[in-house]
Amino acid sequence: MTAEELNKIVTAEIEAQQQYKQTVRVCVAAGCLSSGADQIKDGLQKQLATAGLDKEVKVKGVGCMGLCAAGPLVSVEPAGVWYQNVTTDHCAELVASLKGKPVERLRLDTNIPFYARQKKIVLENCGEIDPDRIEEYLARDGYGGLQQALTTLSPAQVVEQMIKSGLRGRGGAGYPTGLKWSTVAKSQSAQKYVICNADEGDPGAFMDRSVLESDPHRVLEGMAIAGYATGAIEGYIYVRAEYPLAISRLKAAIKQAEKMGLLGSKILGTTFCFTIQIRLGAGAFVCGEETALIASIEGKRGQPRPRPPFPAERGLWGAATLINNVETFANVPPILRHGADWFAAIGTEKSKGTKVFALAGTVTNTGLIEVPMGISLREIIFDIGGGIPDGKKFKAVQTGGPSGGCIPDEYLDMPVDYESLAKVGSIMGSGGMIIMDETSSMVDVARFFMEFCMSESCGKCVPCRVGTAQMHDLLNRIIQRKASAADLALLQELCDLVRSTSLCGLGQTAPNPVLSTLRYFRDEYEQLLSDGQPASAPAALAEVAK
Amino acid sequence: MATATTRPAPPNADKRWRMVDATSRRYGYESHALIEALHTVQECFGFLDETALRYVAASLRIPLSKVYGVATFYHFFTLKPKGQHTCVVCMGTACYIKGAGALLESLHQNFGVKPGETTKDGKLSVLTARCVGSCGLAPAVVIDGNVLGKLQSPDLLARIQKWEAPQ
Repeated sequence: MTAEELNKIVTAEIEAQQQYKQTVRVCVAAGCLSSGADQIKDGLQKQLATAGLDKEVKVKGVGCMGLCAAGPLVSVEPAGVWYQNVTTDHCAELVASLKGKPVERLRLDTNIPFYARQKKIVLENCGEIDPDRIEEYLARDGYGGLQQALTTLSPAQVVEQMIKSGLRGRGGAGYPTGLKWSTVAKSQSAQKYVICNADEGDPGAFMDRSVLESDPHRVLEGMAIAGYATGAIEGYIYVRAEYPLAISRLKAAIKQAEKMGLLGSKILGTTFCFTIQIRLGAGAFVCGEETALIASIEGKRGQPRPRPPFPAERGLWGAATLINNVETFANVPPILRHGADWFAAIGTEKSKGTKVFALAGTVTNTGLIEVPMGISLREIIFDIGGGIPDGKKFKAVQTGGPSGGCIPDEYLDMPVDYESLAKVGSIMGSGGMIIMDETSSMVDVARFFMEFCMSESCGKCVPCRVGTAQMHDLLNRIIQRKASAADLALLQELCDLVRSTSLCGLGQTAPNPVLSTLRYFRDEYEQLLSDGQPASAPAALAEVAK
Repeated sequence: MATATTRPAPPNADKRWRMVDATSRRYGYESHALIEALHTVQECFGFLDETALRYVAASLRIPLSKVYGVATFYHFFTLKPKGQHTCVVCMGTACYIKGAGALLESLHQNFGVKPGETTKDGKLSVLTARCVGSCGLAPAVVIDGNVLGKLQSPDLLARIQKWEAPQ
């Protein structure tokens, strides 16, 4: 398909959309779906048909609308009236209100900071388009970045744009994306691959899932641009088998893109070819590590290998391989559409652009948010997140999952960027942000993550396999009040050992939750020592100790 | 290359083996088809038994030890049959903080099953997941493939007791 034919489809789609006077959007991302969004969509459709409005009003399922806590969410456009906690019983009332005044008691105020403070780049289409229809993505400038790259830029210029944009890997480590792309582009490897890491294993993180479920084409477009820039013609998306909805939407999206000639051979009438295949993960956290992920695509046990050589030099089947995270690829199309300078103007000096976070835990507004880099934790938790419910006190925020750390309230005014988070002993991670109130015991949280790392350790290297088990034992003993000060010292020593000698990121970062809680909440550990003061432990911990 | 034409016959006349064959064929019977083939087996049969492992090993010409290694490495694969209904309690951080442990405890008290076990009558399997990605709805439970959010023990038990009641 050529660019002109594509333009025709876009015009037809926009015209078709304009035939409807109003659109009712129903969030059909996994969160709202599990509270019955599907039935609501059907219910609205039926009521509209009964009222004879189905020619004027379109009902469509859209991706994540953000505020999962208030789901299922429904919005009426172009009026911009949002409704929360909708049930099937409300359908008739909502349809009746289309010709009159909005139903005030169900309304969700979109001027609340949760929406007002966000800046959407990656999520610009989330909650706006029907993820199952490529036409809607096209109508919003979709595949425009790919078109731009193929028709006006050379591969080297695309890489240059990525370097200039200052985009850094959104999977957690923050490696400069442009640099990675240029390494792969320069490689003499005869065959090259692009891999999208959608093995979102961090407990408490659901950004990638939401992007894949809400706007799958954006990721495909990003991967195709990466293929063009690096000289790869084959791409793989490695996605968790635990995300059936994301998988089915991705499969549908790939089919549609192939049908329209946006994937496959001779893309947009040029000589560029690129195909994408899906590979399913099978529930191994370690497969988020790039070399383990590659082993898993090759059909082996997901065990990492030492780096270097990095996958950019020798990756999948020994060929140069570019691996980026879902969110990284999702940032690529807008960078090409709007230019690198536009992107570089957002965020802080070293961390450009925005970051998607999944807010969860004891916070009023749980859900998906996208904020510019450099915003403070306080703004995220108290303005956007709406603070801690039930009048409880904030205690800590956990970022980066099992590889990250807990940040106490004294650092709440710190800007959120890669360097600042590392400085206080945590990491940016993929974007899970779990808020804990005063009832959470930090020792128990540390044990929870250690238990996670222990059972997810692949067993290849000794420090990680044995070290995590020993640390878990020590944490258990501390919680059971059987540990002495010497045990605590031993725990600290083990943290250092596992961190410095493990093979891959899993082991190297496994001690982080323990180290950060030891740093900021040491008194909670000390209170539990058998030779220390038997002071009063937090209520939650007393429960656990039983 | 010329010897690659003989493929093992399916273990029995069950039509589901055709699905497994289709997956292996899609990847050209290459060894990297292993995980995808095991996914198909589990989707069709519910679990991976020895017959299936041997068959996949033979079709892809991979040593059985390697197939077994992969099948046991990944948590998603199960070598034991599941019950009629499955109840997966999410143990992600958000769910853990919001009381997923209490849900497991109440399941254990009422039905006598711990995570990974199935009730004696084969009706209910209780499993845990690392994170189902529905953190906004913590605590989340996946019952027979449907995610249920913000679940309290009484609601969960009521749902399960519906199946337990004699029909």
